Amino acid sequence: MRRCEWRDLGRAEYGEAFERQRRLVDQRKQGAIGDQFLVVEHPHTITLGRNGKLENLLARDEVLARAGVAFHHTDRGGDITYHGPGQIVGYPILDLREWKRDVVAYVRAVEQVIIDALADFGLAGERVPGMTGVWVNGAKIAAIGVHISRWVTSHGFALNVATDLSYFQYIVPCGLAKPVASMAALGVNASRKQVIERLVFHFGRVFDTEMSASGANIECGELIYD
Amino acid sequence: MTDVVMPQMGESIVEGTLTKWLKKAGDRVERDEPLFEISTDKVDTEIPSPAAGTLSEVLVEEGKTVGINTVLARIDESGGNGAGPAVAAKPAAAPAPSQPRAEAPVTPRVAPALPPEPAVQAEPSGPLSPLVRKMAREHSLDLSRIQGTGAGGRITKQDVERYLAQQQATPAAPPLAPAAQPPRVPPVQAPQAYVPPAASTPAKVRIEPMSTMRSKIAEHMVMSKRTSAHVTTIHRVDMTKVAKIRERQKEDFQARYGLTLTFLPFVTRAAVEGLRAFPIVNASIEGNNILYHNEINIGMAVALENGLIVPVIRHADEKNVLGLQRAIVDLAARARSRQLKPDEVQGGTFSITNFGSFGSVIGTPVINQPQVAILGVGVVEKMPVVIDDAIAIRSTCFLSLTFDHRLIDGAVADQFTGKVKSVLENWSEEVL
Repeated sequence: MRRCEWRDLGRAEYGEAFERQRRLVDQRKQGAIGDQFLVVEHPHTITLGRNGKLENLLARDEVLARAGVAFHHTDRGGDITYHGPGQIVGYPILDLREWKRDVVAYVRAVEQVIIDALADFGLAGERVPGMTGVWVNGAKIAAIGVHISRWVTSHGFALNVATDLSYFQYIVPCGLAKPVASMAALGVNASRKQVIERLVFHFGRVFDTEMSASGANIECGELIYD
Repeated sequence: MTDVVMPQMGESIVEGTLTKWLKKAGDRVERDEPLFEISTDKVDTEIPSPAAGTLSEVLVEEGKTVGINTVLARIDESGGNGAGPAVAAKPAAAPAPSQPRAEAPVTPRVAPALPPEPAVQAEPSGPLSPLVRKMAREHSLDLSRIQGTGAGGRITKQDVERYLAQQQATPAAPPLAPAAQPPRVPPVQAPQAYVPPAASTPAKVRIEPMSTMRSKIAEHMVMSKRTSAHVTTIHRVDMTKVAKIRERQKEDFQARYGLTLTFLPFVTRAAVEGLRAFPIVNASIEGNNILYHNEINIGMAVALENGLIVPVIRHADEKNVLGLQRAIVDLAARARSRQLKPDEVQGGTFSITNFGSFGSVIGTPVINQPQVAILGVGVVEKMPVVIDDAIAIRSTCFLSLTFDHRLIDGAVADQFTGKVKSVLENWSEEVL
């Protein structure tokens, strides 16, 4: 059976987590390490994908600065998105040649992990054809954006657990004028730790890989909510 | 020569969008060196070069969506620079927005044995030179009707000229009509059934039916403008005292109640005092009667991703700053997640819109019918102000009151706004 190491980086700046991903991707490409699954929470950040349109950023720089929101251009697929406290960001670094050489199947599988984890909390997550991500009652609860180089994945998904949804006012999420949701807004009072536990479980199941916690896991899952 | 083709990134994938060339025509590339990037369904993929050599031809521009196996470029492995690079398409040029798009599905000319292409594939998938595009645009040509004779079935300038000559010889087949302007739909009308343009019409606009919310907003705004005699008065308010209280108590407030303390509950609280003092502002008109509302229910405009909703803080006069802040956060969050109950957006007697949160200094809001006034809150900013003939730096904001002049005269409107201003400038209530 394939193996995948996972670790919770806790709260990390977007740029710092990106550098860490990049190093792991390089090591993964060289075969120096196996598959990885990073979980992280970013401070208030808006990121724009390579194909994103700046017009989907609704606030001017000074408004963002005043609201304490960082802005990054990044190399994942997808348009614009918001990251912040109360959101679980997952970065799988997998060599798809060892799973399926199929980027769409990969995205569908990531959606499945989130849908299955949400179901454990009584939420009916679903796919909407043509709009990648996970939706509950027509509102987007998880966004997905992926980069692949030589079949090694980076970037991943962002699941709103107890995100302050008011920050989405600064953007048109993923360029889609659709409502956003969080588990908390849908009445689910789950801790970050509980949700990560279910995500890791379903990740192992969906990707048919054995998940092992890396030694570097931090035990502050409960502390980093603002 | 090695052909660089659109790779198949998965079983179900029939096309990909070329998002970025990492090399340009004439550049030397090594085998396995990243050559270009493609995008399929929220996945960006870097594609390595299949061979080492010189990128001699770039056939597909950035931004184009083409079927898998479509030839994107050619690599000359000879290493010599004998034949200069044939630049077929400028890689950096984004497709012009007004470019005519042949809407009919087109048989790909380059890639053999392709899976069926979906109808959304709007352009001939073969590469086109800028000159051919320009000619097609000028003559409103449907390129799918032109037989390409160039390399790989490409349409050349000669092909277009030959086609044009044929068209003149056989007037029975006229060139395509230019796009008909779609009828302008007045915003007050209900959304009409969407009729897609004829398959081969070059699209100059993108037509999208209004959402239910959008058409309701449109209807309401025009109805309000038709109903009320809108007048806006603007007062400058010194927010320094409130700003200091907020600054001092923000952390405790957050720690104790889990809420960020903003300016809005202060303004709302002050507006309540104004409404108490001037009940005519908390009224509505019914026929020839004036309805004075005994309840003060304040609507809070909440911007949504594609619209606007005005949930109502009921009995706002019974709430202090904490209660108002809690209600504002709760209503705004549930408005954005579409969790409001119907009665939470009804029964407002006055409204507040906080356009300052988007950086606006002064606005002239539209009255939320059947109310008779709405208060707009501009951004709170430090500004130089003259006090006792000295220049001081004060936190200030502009409050805009739009009122219905049918019922409220300017003097009353300014007295009301003056009252709100005075409460804010001389803030005396405890917050914690």
